[in-house]
Amino acid sequence: MSAGHVVDAEPYEPVFTGETMAELERRFAEYPNKQALLLPALWMVQERRGWISESTISEVAAVLGLTPAYVKGVVTFYTMYHTHPVGRHFIQVCTTSPCGLCGAEDTVRALLEHTGCGEVGATSADGRFTVVEVECLGACGFATPVMVGDDFIESVTPEKVPELLARYP
Amino acid sequence: MGFPHPSHPGETVVLSKHFGDAGARTHAGWVERGGYEGLRKALGMTPEAIIEVVKASGLRGRGGAGFPTGLKWSFMPKDDGKPHYLVCNADESEPGTFKDREIMRWTPHALIEGCAIGAFAMGVERCYIYIRGEFTEPWAVMAEAVREAYAAGTLGDNAMGSGKPIHITLHRGAGAYICGEETALMNSIEGRRGNPRIKPPFPAAAGLFAMPTTINNVETLAAVPHILVRGAEWYKSLCKGNPKSTGTKLISVCGHVQRPGNYEVMLGTPMKELLYDMCGGMRPGRTLKAVIPGGSSVPIMTAEEAESALLDYEGLIEKGSMLGSAGMIVMDDSTDMVYQIMRLARFYAHESCAQCTQCREGTAWTTRILERILSGKGKESDFDLLLDLADNMTGTTICVLSDSCAAPVVSGIRKFRGEFEAYIRRERAPVLELA
Ligand SMILES: Cc1cc2nc3c(=O)[nH]c(=O)nc-3n(C[C@H](O)[C@H](O)[C@H](O)COP(=O)(O)O)c2cc1C
Ligand code: SF4
Ligand code: FES
Repeated sequence: MSAGHVVDAEPYEPVFTGETMAELERRFAEYPNKQALLLPALWMVQERRGWISESTISEVAAVLGLTPAYVKGVVTFYTMYHTHPVGRHFIQVCTTSPCGLCGAEDTVRALLEHTGCGEVGATSADGRFTVVEVECLGACGFATPVMVGDDFIESVTPEKVPELLARYP
Repeated sequence: MGFPHPSHPGETVVLSKHFGDAGARTHAGWVERGGYEGLRKALGMTPEAIIEVVKASGLRGRGGAGFPTGLKWSFMPKDDGKPHYLVCNADESEPGTFKDREIMRWTPHALIEGCAIGAFAMGVERCYIYIRGEFTEPWAVMAEAVREAYAAGTLGDNAMGSGKPIHITLHRGAGAYICGEETALMNSIEGRRGNPRIKPPFPAAAGLFAMPTTINNVETLAAVPHILVRGAEWYKSLCKGNPKSTGTKLISVCGHVQRPGNYEVMLGTPMKELLYDMCGGMRPGRTLKAVIPGGSSVPIMTAEEAESALLDYEGLIEKGSMLGSAGMIVMDDSTDMVYQIMRLARFYAHESCAQCTQCREGTAWTTRILERILSGKGKESDFDLLLDLADNMTGTTICVLSDSCAAPVVSGIRKFRGEFEAYIRRERAPVLELA
């Protein structure tokens, strides 16, 4: 998928209202300043909206007293924040050396084929899956680790791929 | 124990004793297993006395650098009236390393207890545990354990009835290997890009939020309660090799062994014993070719070097490598060394924070040259070019990520030059197609 010009649906509905804002405010007590809440606030956005748009960047900036340009600079540093919409199930596969030694590339091929994504970084036509290759997931003894959304699955082999995907309609 | 495998008689099981035992995850279960005795004892001691015990135990940092923990703690200023911070590094992203994950998944209270002892010893009221964003399950286990520790009064404004406030906050990373570097991690908590800082100032003078800060790895902190309960002499006695390397170490073993997993051994254990007895050796019909013993950032060892090495800080330096985080990547005779070294260089190129020219350009350029060699377009002059680049990337940058990229390239060329030559001289078919 090309990032292109991606905007939120209009009119923009803020994330930080009601209980979500109250949750953020409770966390202010654990840090000496508001800027330290930036990564937590971005996670709160992504958990609720699935990705981080230009509009939510402006909203987060306003809530924490930062500039949108600053927030964008931070968002783009970290690979886990999505700056454009992704499939319903976001799949990350480790292909760093230790997993590569144990067949990670075959697992990637099987995932691309069975999800219909075709290539790394692409979203399947039905919007169900996006598959990306990532660097070490910290589970190198259990090649190949795969994350589907927040689920962490160890020892995925090409044979196990169809059954794994069936769990994510 | 060699989790997920049963314990091997050659192991010395301290930190991993309860791996796989879900009962140890709860506060009550931890207390039943003797947990929080170390903290109770510490709260009855003076901060100076705690630091003395940790110093005397010989415990060294398990995050990679091996710096003596008690000495690091003693650098924190006393009575300066400023807030102090303890940061636990749970970013575990070094390829080959997957031990901190199991500590958090199975013994979350061991880590909380270690953090609380460290906090009390260094005048810290709030400790941050920075957990990499991908560790969703360890996060959930840690979050529940912290909640329980507050509910039980172990943490809070009056920790264990001591009158001392000890708080713990979990902070989630968002995907960036470099945030495991201590000052990048502090920037990340502060809501910044994860760029390492120039040192000095060192964290004990001005770290997190510009306040005195100590940062320790998960495994380092999880060892502390055991030292408090059983004493420095006991910990020191867990040593098979050099007396400067004491205690047990979790060794994550991955790659081409029969039983990959986390093995807990006394420092000084022969690597041969780990590889062949505990991990079951290579796959049938295969022989050992190379080992990267300390996570991907340390020099590659040949089979002969590995088989004669002792697993401790000095033993691996003696063989030209390093213990690092003890994430062991094992490669058998089916391995294409040039391809693996390219893949490691690509990792560092991807993870460079790009502040330093030598690192930003050097990691990318090194990757491109290795890709070119693998695509059948290498030249004899590429050896000099790679070594010259590596030279420029070593000891010249803000942090050592740049050096880490150079290490496998230099050791790889020195020890497996023939494999590079086979591609360069077109004796071996290309395995990559360049766009
Ligand atoms: C690029 C880079 C990545 C690092 N990643 C980690 C890591 O993931 N976990 C860790 O504990 N230490 C990591 N370190 C080492 C830390 O900077 C620091 O030395 C360590 O957390 C200190 O704790 P210790 O004294 O208990 O070992 C890394 C260092 C560098 C240069
Ligand atoms: S050496 Fe690389 S990763 Fe480290 S600070 Fe410089 S550019 Fe960033
Ligand atoms: S290399 Fe794949 S999880 Fe570490």
